[in-house]
Amino acid sequence: MEFLVIHGLNALLYSSVLFLIAGGLSLIYGVMRIINLAHGNLYAIGAFVTAWTIGTASAAGAPNAVLLLLLPTGAIVAAAVGAILEPTLLRPFYKRPEEYQLLVTFGLLMVLEDLIHLVWGPNPLSAGRVYENFGSITIGGARYPAYNLAVIAVGIIAALFLWAFIYRTRFGIVLRATSQNMRMASALGVNVNRIYIQAFTIGCFMAGLGGAIVVPGQSAVLGMGVDALILSFVVVVIGGLGSLEGAFAGALIVGLVREAGVALFPEVELAVLYLIAAIVLFVRPAGLFGRA
Amino acid sequence: MQKHRSLLRTLAWAVPVAIALTAAPHVVGPFQTLTLLYGLVFGIAVLGFNLLLGYTGLLSFGHSAYFGAGAYTVAFMVKYFKIASMELFLAGSVLVSVIISLLFGVVCVRYTKIFFGILTLALSQVLWSLAFKFFWVTGGTDGLRIPTPSLLGAPPGADKMEFLTFQYYYYVLAIFTVCVIVMWVIVHSPFGKALQAIRDNETRAEFIGIRIRRYRLIAFVVSGAFAGVAGALWAPLNGLATPDVLVWTFSGEIVFMAVLGGFNSFIGPIVGAVAFTYLKTYAVGFTVYWQLLLGTVLVVLVLALPKGIMGMVELLVAKVRRPR
Repeated sequence: MEFLVIHGLNALLYSSVLFLIAGGLSLIYGVMRIINLAHGNLYAIGAFVTAWTIGTASAAGAPNAVLLLLLPTGAIVAAAVGAILEPTLLRPFYKRPEEYQLLVTFGLLMVLEDLIHLVWGPNPLSAGRVYENFGSITIGGARYPAYNLAVIAVGIIAALFLWAFIYRTRFGIVLRATSQNMRMASALGVNVNRIYIQAFTIGCFMAGLGGAIVVPGQSAVLGMGVDALILSFVVVVIGGLGSLEGAFAGALIVGLVREAGVALFPEVELAVLYLIAAIVLFVRPAGLFGRA
Repeated sequence: MQKHRSLLRTLAWAVPVAIALTAAPHVVGPFQTLTLLYGLVFGIAVLGFNLLLGYTGLLSFGHSAYFGAGAYTVAFMVKYFKIASMELFLAGSVLVSVIISLLFGVVCVRYTKIFFGILTLALSQVLWSLAFKFFWVTGGTDGLRIPTPSLLGAPPGADKMEFLTFQYYYYVLAIFTVCVIVMWVIVHSPFGKALQAIRDNETRAEFIGIRIRRYRLIAFVVSGAFAGVAGALWAPLNGLATPDVLVWTFSGEIVFMAVLGGFNSFIGPIVGAVAFTYLKTYAVGFTVYWQLLLGTVLVVLVLALPKGIMGMVELLVAKVRRPR
């Protein structure tokens, strides 16, 4: 029982973070039809910024409430970086073949990877005090860190919020219209450039938020972005590229399989994930929720 | 007549390049020769890669898989079968990379464009994770050691540097030449023309009776085999096979090389591979932030010079021919 509770919660924890990263990737693809290979680096930026601000404030003796307020800084900085990158670097590429978009974002990945190294140095950063402050609670006879439950809650809230945002607001309608047919939306008076910046910024915000909430529990390390990107690919391939429901379902599947893998078959854990992705592609080429 | 003239023109630059490559170990120092050697090895891989990107219009972000498969095949043959013959290494690597690219290709060629890219990437990561996790077989991140092999049955001399910069250099140069000729024949054959037709217009190609998926799969496997040859040649040169050659960022470097040289031209990938090797060697020596430097180069390249070095050369040649 304890085993199931702990691993079940860990799977949800993992799924929450993955949903934030992969959901952002999928949202950006859904609206702009580009795959941002540097997406994982925005997650890493979120993690490093939050770890740095909380670490600095903690060293300066800031009270716990302030530390908690500093948690979203990573997400905000990642969003700001996104808002700068889209119009300057990505916009010239929408009219060119998709290969060039992959290439330019690959170059961006290399640049951001080293910028993180340049700014924060080679050592891992962590914001452990926030994690400790939450303490732990007992569920079904198992002690579990309360902070992790908060992360799960953030993941679920983010999913609900996004769903409401995209399906229940005026902005969401415009966003979906642009995603369906950019030219038509533009002809109907939608400012497509603005929608693109907004969508890209939201996507980056989600990735940054993923990094920000993960960092009290684990350290921000160099290379974390690249690892996260690969797993989000698995998520979006399973769920369907460009679909938020797909990102949600895919994140749950990947989270569960990964957690089961870590406990039961650690050597082939990643290989099993890719195998699942390959099977999904064979059965439903566009992914579980994708439009063909 | 036309054919003769183009052949002459090809010879006009191919002969000096061949002479320069042959003379290199005697003219430049061992460090330069080694760098050039790495460049030639990567050149074979990128040449194979470009059959997909330049000629079939498919961007693979997973060519590290086939390169790494070649390198690891050599390492396994050394570790588990005590083989030391380079010819057997090459045969084994080609076989393994063909099998793996066939398996992956069957899945990947069902898709094009971005989906093809991320699928090849994801599948290459499977191999990486296996090499990484099964450390009792693959040595994990420590990798597997690869001693100097025997070439054509002749055991290597005692001096490893001497061996690499002379015997091994000429061995690689010979195989490189064979690969370039084979690829030249492939892209100028009816099969190569069919690939280009698929690249330019899939629907039309299908209507004239080309079996698109099968052609793409064959191109994929040939491309993988070239990468496997390069991986096999790289293994003794590096002396160590680590998961680093399987990780997808290495695939990204292969793409980078092709774009740097210009994937629209036949020799662009080779030029790009050599140029990239020099660029990376000096960037790594110059700063720890070499990725920042190379990443910036890539972004500028894609923004301003999408046709790469060869595109630039063509532009210059055209300007010289028709001065205003």
